[in-house]
Amino acid sequence: MTAELPAHLKYTVEHEWLDDAAPATVGITSVAADALGDIVYLELPAVGETLSAGSVIGEIESTKSVSELFSPVSGTVAEVNQAAVDDPSLVNSDPFGAGWLLKVDVTETGPVLTADEYAAQSGG
Amino acid sequence: MSDDILSPLHDEHVALGAALTSFAGWQMPLRYSSDIAEHQAVRTAAGLFDLSHMGELEVAGTDAGRALDRALVGNLSALEPGRARYTMICAEDGGVIDDLVVYRLSTDRYLVVANASNVAVVREALVERLGEDALLVDNSLATALVAVQGPLAEKILTGLTPQAEAVAALRYYASVNATVAGIDALVARTGYTGEDGFELFVAAEHAPALWAALLEAGEPHGLVPAGLSARDSLRLEAGMPLYGNELDRTTTPHDAGLGRVVKLDKVDADGRPVPFVGRDALAARAEAEPARQLVGLQGLGRRAARHGYPVTTPGGEVIGKVTSGAPSPTLGHPVAMAYVTPEHAAEGTELLVDVRGRGEQVRVVALPFYRRSR
Repeated sequence: MTAELPAHLKYTVEHEWLDDAAPATVGITSVAADALGDIVYLELPAVGETLSAGSVIGEIESTKSVSELFSPVSGTVAEVNQAAVDDPSLVNSDPFGAGWLLKVDVTETGPVLTADEYAAQSGG
Repeated sequence: MSDDILSPLHDEHVALGAALTSFAGWQMPLRYSSDIAEHQAVRTAAGLFDLSHMGELEVAGTDAGRALDRALVGNLSALEPGRARYTMICAEDGGVIDDLVVYRLSTDRYLVVANASNVAVVREALVERLGEDALLVDNSLATALVAVQGPLAEKILTGLTPQAEAVAALRYYASVNATVAGIDALVARTGYTGEDGFELFVAAEHAPALWAALLEAGEPHGLVPAGLSARDSLRLEAGMPLYGNELDRTTTPHDAGLGRVVKLDKVDADGRPVPFVGRDALAARAEAEPARQLVGLQGLGRRAARHGYPVTTPGGEVIGKVTSGAPSPTLGHPVAMAYVTPEHAAEGTELLVDVRGRGEQVRVVALPFYRRSR
């Protein structure tokens, strides 16, 4: 499972990932997507919304369960992945690529892990 | 997790890359690849399920039927050999201990199939209630149960048995002994998906060979292995109750809209009413104004109601609770079952479900949500 985690990304214990671009791209990990099963509905914050690190900013719903999306950063939503909202299966098929969720203008980053640290935490 | 019982098909699940889950003390496949693909395969072609966690209790004796009449709410002595009934075992207060499928194997042998989570309590209750009148043997660990469900199930199964005619001629809730892929099986036309299909009881040691034969024969027809996640969404669409959700010790069969399984008028060999366990409470319940009623809810938004969420009036008054809910893969909108007060149970009633702090609009609809075309 570790091999699937891109090393250039940062991870949270709540199974989000983010990159260090500006704005930063945020998504959920393959671990989270696999655990949820087929994702059928994403509820994401709107462009311009202010986020604070660690707070609940959305929901990810599968046939089997639902999971809250926690913001790994504080900042402002710059873009929402409309393609993933329209076809949430992208989050299952390509969680680190086409299934990204948000781009955020970051003011402050919350606690993050490296890929290896996250793999150890998530039992991968 | 480490204390979980492994299915006789555990190695097959691991080889197929299944995501395993701990369920009622067993480690069972949650999904193999995709919940929705497995669900759709059962609706359109066929799915193969491992249900070896279910409990198989054999009840034998010349008076077994009468003894079961006293122990369960159904009229099992009237069941013909080769037929099966959906029934329940209730407590004295009418609360449901478990819902069961009972097969009459011959005049003096019955097979009682119980939910995995309830096998021990059902076994103990039956031993006590049957007393000296019948012998109970728990075959749960020695028995594997494999289900082939879906519109192509008959075609797949009949290709593997010399008793193809007898299997094809089986009526719903009937069973026959047949050799499938060279393995002795009790083949029953039963299921928990809302589709046509079969359940096969075999000796645990033969399960891997049966599983492999069904996978191979089914693959050209679109059969895929399907996990507990698909099983749950399929049964929910079909409006079938799940013990622990729609049914528990605090609900009566009538609460769940299943009062028809309670045979208050069954009689013994002398024509006298059978004083089965729970009879007095259930007779009273049959006459009473129900305090709550199981209904279907169609979600009008996207967010699905889930087990335990409160149901309210549009004004916010709590009038019930969701028992099961999910986005329906077949229908494309959320569906749920819920207990609500009778004045809010009429079809078309608009209600709200408190979905994690926000009201989602729902409408009371008839159950089941999905009915297969025949």
